Amino acid sequence: MKVSKEELLHIAKLSNLILKEDEVESYLLNLQDILNFADIVNEASTEGVQETIGANSNYNVFRKDEIKEFGNRDILLQNAPEQEDGMFKIPKVI
Amino acid sequence: MNLTELTVHELKEKLNNKEITSQDIVKAYVDRINEKEPEVKAFITTLCDEALEQAKKIDEEGDYSSFKGIPIGIKDNINITGVKTTCASRMLENFVSPYDATVIEKLKDEGIINLGKLNMDEFAMGGSTEYSYFKKTSNPWDLNRVPGGSSGGSAAAVAAGMAPWALGSDTGGSIRQPSSFCGVVGMKPTYGLISRYGLVAFASSLDQIGPITKDVRDNAMLLNIIAGHDEKDTTSENIEKKDYVKALKNDVKGLKIGVPKEFYGEGINPEVKKALETAIAKYKELGAEVEEFSMDVAKYALATYYIIACAEASSNLGRFDGIRYGYRTKEFSNLKDIYKNSRSEGFGAEVKRRIILGTYVLSSGYYDAYYKKAQQVRTLVKNEFSKAFEKYDVIVTPTAPTVAFNIGEKSNNPLEMYLADICTVPINIAGVPAISVPCGVDSNGMPIGMQIIGKHFAEETILNAAYTYEQNTNFKENKPTFKK
Repeated sequence: MKVSKEELLHIAKLSNLILKEDEVESYLLNLQDILNFADIVNEASTEGVQETIGANSNYNVFRKDEIKEFGNRDILLQNAPEQEDGMFKIPKVI
Repeated sequence: MNLTELTVHELKEKLNNKEITSQDIVKAYVDRINEKEPEVKAFITTLCDEALEQAKKIDEEGDYSSFKGIPIGIKDNINITGVKTTCASRMLENFVSPYDATVIEKLKDEGIINLGKLNMDEFAMGGSTEYSYFKKTSNPWDLNRVPGGSSGGSAAAVAAGMAPWALGSDTGGSIRQPSSFCGVVGMKPTYGLISRYGLVAFASSLDQIGPITKDVRDNAMLLNIIAGHDEKDTTSENIEKKDYVKALKNDVKGLKIGVPKEFYGEGINPEVKKALETAIAKYKELGAEVEEFSMDVAKYALATYYIIACAEASSNLGRFDGIRYGYRTKEFSNLKDIYKNSRSEGFGAEVKRRIILGTYVLSSGYYDAYYKKAQQVRTLVKNEFSKAFEKYDVIVTPTAPTVAFNIGEKSNNPLEMYLADICTVPINIAGVPAISVPCGVDSNGMPIGMQIIGKHFAEETILNAAYTYEQNTNFKENKPTFKK
């Protein structure tokens, strides 16, 4: 699959990443290289083969929806770049 | 007697016999870290003072039951309360963990002492530890070469005697390949044997924590400590607790070994191939039954791995947005700017490359051609392993196609770096366990590793196979030379 510069910029936007001009060029080359290599999966015969979504047997694991208090809010907030009154602080959105 | 040259079971015996104290051990390691860290650069955070204090307390109490007083090193993507978990990224440079990973709780329950956090490729993405934001770790056998990756700090520290054993994590070979490059023993257990709670997620369906040790007995002992179901990780399986040390029988008579010829072909260094052939001959001599077979889907495994791992990574790393924790940009006027600029400045080049690749293969228009297709090929790879294990007890391959390469040799060519994982990724895709054990050195004296793969939850079988080989050869006696 051939990747265009526009496509790469679209993907970067979806990923919430900004690429500098020199990065665009090198990432385009890398992505193309890797995708050319990855294309080999399309040679495998997979008609009717189920997809594997995890390494262990596929089943749902249920548990009771019980609240367990962590108990130390301050220590959780301590890693926030900005906080106020026990809340994470972000710029105004409306 | 140099305590840093001893295995943990040897240290444990001396502790039990009151020949040495925990402070003797920890002091020896702190001295060794101070001596070797400038050239090996294995640690991101050291906890030397805290470790000495803990050792003093244990000696005062005088109780050396369990593993009280034995130190360890931890890969820097596993959370320890009150200690930084950086993932070797600018993004988490100042992140202090508010909680313990389940494996850390288990180590603490045994009275094991943490020496510090070990270097790695950023977010465990890489095969050389060169993608760390902080420093490049050197291989103790030749300081100009990489230690492998992504658990390069863990493997180098154990090889250099800077930690008696360590924990790593393995998504596509990140425990086994550096263990092979550094001449130590490393295991990726079956997916689901060990809780991933508190391990920073890279690719959740592939990640697994595992032990890196000086010998196979230590490996079994550390696995005993960390294995087990955890309600905080729903993918951890509720299976009966085993004693892996008891599995070490020094006997492989009648063991059926499969040798897949695809793992010995193109791209495998002739000296690595030769060492493996010699090791396989040794197994025959010890009474194992060896047969060559074909594993046709192996050729799709590497591409499948990079599609799945990057897809999962692009999703997992979405959480780093500069709001709740992690790096926040100085340049912003609105919320969207915080997300974009924090991520662009906080992540390194390889991490961004993988997020972009992962987002691409999941994006509309390419999902079917790449992601869905890779998930189907994953089924084929799993089936092929199941089929092989109907005939064989273990499968033996090289751990890596080459010995450790030079620092800088592959860091600018991502695809070439990915090829270093060719022998290890199929195992993560299938979810089965595998161990890397030293099986020789090349003409430059660099270690070569043999990978022994087993059925789901057959850690006992691969440990015994590795142990029997180790006991009947003397590669363990080779020591790193810190060549400059």
